[in-house]
Amino acid sequence: MQTQIRRVGIGLVVAFLAVFLQLNYVQILAAERIADNNANVRSLLQEYAIKRGDIITIDGEPVAVSVPTTGRLKYRRTYPGGELYGHITGFYSILYGTSRIEASYDDQLLGESGVITMQDVQDRFLGSGLKGDDVRLTIHSQLQEVARDALGSNRGAVVALDPKTGDVKAMWSNPSYDPTPLASHDGDVARHYRRSLDPNSIDSPLVSRATSRSYPPGSTFKIVTASAALESGEYNPQSTFPDPQALDLPLTDDTLTNFSNTACTGTGEIDLFTAVTVSCDTTFAILGLDIPEEVQATAEEYGFNSPIPFDVSTEASQIPPVPDDEEPLRAFAGIGQGNVAATPLQMALVAAGVANDGEVPRPRLVKEVISPSGEIVDSFPPETIGSPLSSANAGAITDMMVSAVADPSGTGGAAQIPDVAVAGKTGTAQTVEGTNPHTWFICFAPADDPQLAVAVIVENGGTFGSEATGGAVAAPIAKAVLDADRALQGW
Amino acid sequence: MALIVGTGALALVAVARDFESLGLAAPLIGTVAGCYIGATIFLRKVARLADPLILPLAAILNVMGLAAVYRLDPGQYGPTQVIWTAVGIGCFVVVLMVVRDYMLLARFKYILGFVGVGLLMIPATPLGTEINGAQLWIKIGAFSFQPGEIAKLCLVVFLAAYLAERKELLTIASSRLAGFHVPDLKHFGPLLVMWGISLAVMFYEKDLGSSLLFFSIFLVMLYIATARLVYVAFGLLLFFAGAFVGYTVFSHVRVRVITWLDVFDPRYIQDEGYQLAQSLFALATGGLFGTGLGQGRPDIIPAAETDFIFSVLGEELGLMGTAAILICFMLLVARGLRIAMNARTDFGQLLAAGLTAIFGIQAIIILAGVTRLLPLTGITLPFMSYGGSSLLSNFILIALLVRISHQTSETPAPAETAEILIGGRG
Repeated sequence: MQTQIRRVGIGLVVAFLAVFLQLNYVQILAAERIADNNANVRSLLQEYAIKRGDIITIDGEPVAVSVPTTGRLKYRRTYPGGELYGHITGFYSILYGTSRIEASYDDQLLGESGVITMQDVQDRFLGSGLKGDDVRLTIHSQLQEVARDALGSNRGAVVALDPKTGDVKAMWSNPSYDPTPLASHDGDVARHYRRSLDPNSIDSPLVSRATSRSYPPGSTFKIVTASAALESGEYNPQSTFPDPQALDLPLTDDTLTNFSNTACTGTGEIDLFTAVTVSCDTTFAILGLDIPEEVQATAEEYGFNSPIPFDVSTEASQIPPVPDDEEPLRAFAGIGQGNVAATPLQMALVAAGVANDGEVPRPRLVKEVISPSGEIVDSFPPETIGSPLSSANAGAITDMMVSAVADPSGTGGAAQIPDVAVAGKTGTAQTVEGTNPHTWFICFAPADDPQLAVAVIVENGGTFGSEATGGAVAAPIAKAVLDADRALQGW
Repeated sequence: MALIVGTGALALVAVARDFESLGLAAPLIGTVAGCYIGATIFLRKVARLADPLILPLAAILNVMGLAAVYRLDPGQYGPTQVIWTAVGIGCFVVVLMVVRDYMLLARFKYILGFVGVGLLMIPATPLGTEINGAQLWIKIGAFSFQPGEIAKLCLVVFLAAYLAERKELLTIASSRLAGFHVPDLKHFGPLLVMWGISLAVMFYEKDLGSSLLFFSIFLVMLYIATARLVYVAFGLLLFFAGAFVGYTVFSHVRVRVITWLDVFDPRYIQDEGYQLAQSLFALATGGLFGTGLGQGRPDIIPAAETDFIFSVLGEELGLMGTAAILICFMLLVARGLRIAMNARTDFGQLLAAGLTAIFGIQAIIILAGVTRLLPLTGITLPFMSYGGSSLLSNFILIALLVRISHQTSETPAPAETAEILIGGRG
């Protein structure tokens, strides 16, 4: 029987070796692939055991904080500001992942930014639990509130930034959403709330209109067209243009008429300066036909045709090249219609570029990253992302924009601030036939030492309906934000 | 040696939690250490000549299992398992004292056989309780007990005695079938009976693991006794027939196979395949060195403390730990089979080989299951899984091995015996 026993022994040893080989496969060879499976909640448990850093506004208002729980996941994310900062902080959700700042600064918030401080070492030794770094926004809570209140119930967006540094001080998009329920550890709560935020509805609260929705910019785009005209060297503010009641478009019998359906001056001709002041469509349509390539190139210097480099994702604004056989579209491009589409953030950068002597600042939402012990571990110096026009030409455009607000014939009178020169441009953008126009206003102030650049869009004219114009609807909202910043900063 | 490893591991678990719990764990560590020291001293006196490695190897496995169980649940399961360990070592001592001569066991073979079958069948009666989908337990008061664990010992003793007696009879080929020497058909009777019992276990108690274990141990012992592969071949045929029937009739058997084939299929991973997937995640997380005792999250695995104790150690000790455990199992099996080969009697050889094989096969079935080498069938990992019945039966098992080993060394080899006898006469 010894032989049989030996054979049984060999059989058992072979079986044990097979288990050993399988263990090598599971624990070493395929380990990474196996452990990476979504159903492996280890990394989740580990991540939620970290006290994620706070997101705070520049004035110290906490807008995303982690609170301890009694559950298996040790911390839960809450957003004390509710809807106010939804499109800025984004959410940190088990079911829906992360978005916006929560996504782009995930490593820092989890304390994995690679900067090891004494606190980290201490944490590890004392086992006091890992803490992530705090992220300090450039947003000012009071300005953000003013932007929200000024826009009211209108669908639209407000973007306000410092034209010199690119610091975004307010960025509000209405409707918004509250990230807190999405961050709930109770899947049903998160799912239920998520379902109420239908991205296909007209409200689409999950979409940040400020950064991720493009609208025809309408007459606000004339700043870009005017910049291109000056930069081309062929025109100056006094250059005159025919002032027809209706502009004949090439290749077709159609005409392009001014907003008022009349000529702009009645004298038969108009100069560029006045054309900006009174927002004369035919002038910029002529420029669009005349220098289409320059208009596109200048727009691209302002940031069009590529996503704006930003701390949260953005949609690229568009000015596609127009083929010769669709030449009339170039006329429409000159007045910010046709194929041209821009995000509110892009139009704020147009204003900022003019304000900042022709240099477009790189917008930023994050001022600095702060370690749990209070050290600043990362900060971000101002950068520029384009130079659409010379300092001199920027000065000339500024003058035109000041006139558009200050001159009695200007369209932006509603943005006037006593004793302060406000540079602005209105926009009333045609949309689909049968819907009310989008109303725009872009501006900056003070004109001689710009502190704040603002872009406002009110979708479909908001409560003004078909009578809406940029000057009537959007300009007062922008003014409210300027006023608030002035009160805060004392300019 | 084993004590150092074991108490060290237990202490580490306590430290990983916090310094205070070391104080709480100290009495438990003391109890276990005391029991093993006592048992070792007892062995020196009662079975001095026995294989000296059996108890230490069992102790290493047991204490590593204890550390893992304690790590998972220091409040309830940990201390309970320490008590069961103490009781198990007590049984070890009692069996060694009572069974002075293992040959005596052969006398009770039919009684033991009936007791074994009876114990196996009890859970299928109204006395049985279903836990985790398998009807394996009986409840007596607050105690739940798995009679199958004791039944397996009874059946091995019975089979060893039965086969030792009938060995020649079963080996004689009385007819030829397709060129093979085939023993008389009536000798296939016991095989069929055993097959029936295995099937009954699978049908009525929904316990694939035990069913597989009983049938394979029977085949192994039959092969050792007769050297007839035809029994094994016929047995395998019966096994596959039974497995096929099980697969078609029982959804839980199908589920095991489906999840084995594609455990990461999103359709099953949160339900039927959850447990196996969590086991693999734990092992994969462990890697080569593991996360460190108490540092991983093996508590996510359902039934971590029983069937999946190996995966717990796999996560926290890595391949180093799992390989060490495998080596301990292999060494224990090797020593057990050596005892079998040296045993002086057929009954002794069959008994030692049977006990060792059932120990080794049980370990392989569950190890292959939790590593997804074979479809998962839930049985305990000897000496490591949480559970009183399992610990008791394994301590009794090694007590019997030690007894056989000691007796073998005590009685001189047959040839020498003859010489001495002759010399005596002269």
